[in-house]
Amino acid sequence: MMQAALWSVAVLLTLAPGAIALSMQKHGSAVLYGACAIVSSVLVALALFNLLDPAHPVLSATLPIGLPWLGAHFRIDPLTAFFLFVVNLGGAAASLFALGYGRHEESPGRVLPFYPAYLAGMNIVVLADDAFSFLVAWEFMSLTSWALVVAHHREAANVRAGYVYLLMAGFGTLALLLAFGVLVGGSGAYDFAAIRAAHPTANVASAVLLLALVGAGSKAGLVPLHAWLPLAHPAAPSHVSGLMSGVMTKVAVYGFVRIVFDLLGPPEWWWSMVVLGVAGPSATLGVLYALMQRDIKRVLAYSTIENIGIVFVGLGLALAFKAEAMGWVAALALTAALLHVLNHALFKSLLFFGAGSVLNATGERDMEKLGGLIHRMPQTAFSVLVGCVAISALPPFNGFVSEWLTFQAILLSPQLPSWGLKLIIPAVGGLLALAAALAAACFVKLFGVSFLGRARTPVAASARETDGWSRAALFLLAASCLVVGIFPGLFIDALAPVAKAMVGNSMPHQASLEWLTIVPIAESRSSYNGLLVFVFVLLSGSIASVAIHRLASDRLRRAPAWDCGYPDPNPAIQYTADSFSQPIRRVFGSVIFAAHEIGEMPPPGSAAPARLTVRMHDLIWEALYAPIATAISFATERINIMQFLTIRRYLTLVFVALVLLLLVLAI
Amino acid sequence: MTLVRDLVSQGLQMLLVLLLAPLLTGFVRKLKAYLLRRQGPPLLQPYRDLIRLMRKDVVLAETASWLFRVIPYIIFAGTWVAASLVPTFGSGLLFSWSADLIAIIALLGSARFFLALAGMDVGTAFGGIGSSREVMIASLAEPAILITVFSVAMIAGSTQLSTIAEYMGSSAVGLRVSLGLALVALVIVAIAENGRIPVDNPATHLELTMVHEAMVLEYSGRHLALIDLSSQLKLLVYVSLIACMFMPWGAAAPNAGVAAFAVGAVTYAGKLAACGILLAVFETSTAKMRVFRIPEFLGAALMLALLATLLRFVSGSL
Repeated sequence: MMQAALWSVAVLLTLAPGAIALSMQKHGSAVLYGACAIVSSVLVALALFNLLDPAHPVLSATLPIGLPWLGAHFRIDPLTAFFLFVVNLGGAAASLFALGYGRHEESPGRVLPFYPAYLAGMNIVVLADDAFSFLVAWEFMSLTSWALVVAHHREAANVRAGYVYLLMAGFGTLALLLAFGVLVGGSGAYDFAAIRAAHPTANVASAVLLLALVGAGSKAGLVPLHAWLPLAHPAAPSHVSGLMSGVMTKVAVYGFVRIVFDLLGPPEWWWSMVVLGVAGPSATLGVLYALMQRDIKRVLAYSTIENIGIVFVGLGLALAFKAEAMGWVAALALTAALLHVLNHALFKSLLFFGAGSVLNATGERDMEKLGGLIHRMPQTAFSVLVGCVAISALPPFNGFVSEWLTFQAILLSPQLPSWGLKLIIPAVGGLLALAAALAAACFVKLFGVSFLGRARTPVAASARETDGWSRAALFLLAASCLVVGIFPGLFIDALAPVAKAMVGNSMPHQASLEWLTIVPIAESRSSYNGLLVFVFVLLSGSIASVAIHRLASDRLRRAPAWDCGYPDPNPAIQYTADSFSQPIRRVFGSVIFAAHEIGEMPPPGSAAPARLTVRMHDLIWEALYAPIATAISFATERINIMQFLTIRRYLTLVFVALVLLLLVLAI
Repeated sequence: MTLVRDLVSQGLQMLLVLLLAPLLTGFVRKLKAYLLRRQGPPLLQPYRDLIRLMRKDVVLAETASWLFRVIPYIIFAGTWVAASLVPTFGSGLLFSWSADLIAIIALLGSARFFLALAGMDVGTAFGGIGSSREVMIASLAEPAILITVFSVAMIAGSTQLSTIAEYMGSSAVGLRVSLGLALVALVIVAIAENGRIPVDNPATHLELTMVHEAMVLEYSGRHLALIDLSSQLKLLVYVSLIACMFMPWGAAAPNAGVAAFAVGAVTYAGKLAACGILLAVFETSTAKMRVFRIPEFLGAALMLALLATLLRFVSGSL
């Protein structure tokens, strides 16, 4: 099986140069995406096979490439198998979507070669079993995704996004490089088995935790290292955006879990404080930022930050419980986090693909230029609606299950002995609850403004339903959201070996319970049954419908909208994206975005229009990134004179440097 | 035999909430009218309104989509399922394990999500204003109620509503500061969620501060009847929630006989009446708030709930 997985990845890697030739052909993109979809599906099947095997075999292989004394180690254990499943599920869905979507690509030569390479990179990160291959694959994944971000390089915004992304990706890899450097030291034993066997001292382990949090967190988009994410994810073609948001952030989560839960050994109690302290604000800030956007893809990108925050809350709780040797609660928290990883991959890919379909049909990403798409694109609208409900954590869909499990873990945390955690966990719980409610607001806005109402522009009014392949991908993902939501027990059971390997304990077996209920701890404590809730809602809705249509009335007339007697045919009277979020902006924005509104009224008698201007600031950018950027440009300007010296002076400089180095060596 | 009894009890509960909900609304309306020295509509008026609306034609806006027609059923189904899982006269409901308190609140959240979407579907200015304000209110009310649930759940050691109700009825609970704070928070949220004064005025129709009525402005006929019934059910859910957590007296135990159920039913009616009277008095004695004062009102609930949870984290006995 290991061989099969490696061969699949090798096929993806060989597809990359082949795609250069394919991109010239008429049906080249279809061939390439079809091949990617098949390879990803094979990998999904392999991962699932491994994950569901009751023996939970751990497979490994070493290839004679990379560092000469080390070789490249690969390994499939339950954690790898789970992330392999998530990565390739996203990859298969994206390829399927791109079979239709990719046809409209204007410059396929800039997308096709990098796409399979990017998929391969993510797979190798998950498979790698030594620090060297891990880092090389990590950087490979970053660079290929960067190439996809700047695929449409004629737009200035994309180039800037690519620039910021490249900087932040480099920074993140640097942090991970340092993390492994600190962990391994000078011994050169870079394979994970050796790292696992060598128990680092408490100080080293703490340093590694912080570096891993910075490195993996910057890739995953934790606040305040998120600045690149809402720029880069939307800039790429939509199927790649879906992969970046839905899958690559999960690879970052994998990196964090692998280093912190697996390689570092037993955690200190305060580690969870750091993780929770970053994760809680990420969840709330991410969704607040999302609410202020009007570009669909940026809303989705910011909402990724929120969901990553939720995942890291689960991971932080798992760390806290693991440190206190409360393995069964740690297993609950970790399972919640990993289930959210899967869920977010499903609904975020779905929503990005939906946004891609809209972009294709209308050429617009700005919600305020859309509207009424539910009439023109009913099937896309339906699947996007499912995604919106799922991401808003509403039952009976999947987002609710993972948040519910996280809440259950929070409710067990008064048993933790340390005071710091006793104070921070209720606050994090509050932030999580706030984030869940704001997410619902955010997705009411996204769906309501772009799909409901009346078309605001001619392009929205003449939109066409998207093609069959894209719809297939959308429906597949929407159905998966429902399946995970109503049969969560099966997925929790599949995660049991992962939890067992990472925290030494797993949640009780769920699938054997009556009616597929999930019971994290004890039935008297909490239980949830998505299937029954779904059936109940479906039944009572149908009963009401049938009863009313039979017994009362089923007549229906069409008439102009009522609107209190003053209907206006102009679609501009509808609420826009900005006006929809204005109340929330007034509640939260004055502090978090330093937002203020300036109303300019013309003098009495003047026919000039009144104006309302809103000023918002990205305080994190201004407080953290801007000073660093200023400092760097200040320094570079000072050093800039070095660029224009005569050859004589350069030679002098070389000579001085040589003398200094020799002096250092001599002393 | 037990299964039959539980099934009957669950079925009775589902019918009971459906039948009682309009009565509770009618009762509060009548009381409010008395307090204002008016005669007021008859107690059974809400039933008549519902029946009349159901018999009427639906007049659907030309710009409405299929979603607009489905949403009333979704809202009704979600609210009804939530209502049938909250213990009323007895705590042992057959299906209470299928959704705990967090799930019940999330179900009500689903109903609200779709209601807000309905407001935006026709593409009128009023619908948008209602939805926009509704989600603003919800974005504060939902965390407040979730954190209230956290504090209660941590005291009772369960998020299962029937377990909480039994625990609150037992003598183990005692007087706790955190429970008091949680009660105040829950009442504030209940007022906001049901669109009562001072957050929203259920009686107005043409006022710029309206929230709920603005969203459902385009609904008519059977759709409107379902939405009205759902909001009446929602009021009943919140009152039952407060009753079963903070007034747990008299509710029938899971394996009780017919007599205990009768006692439970009578006390439940008493609790509903008490809450209805309090609501009517409170609504008559306060004025509607400006929209942008609501966040402060709900923020207070959020802070109280957080304080209650924090107290529980810090001390086991507070």
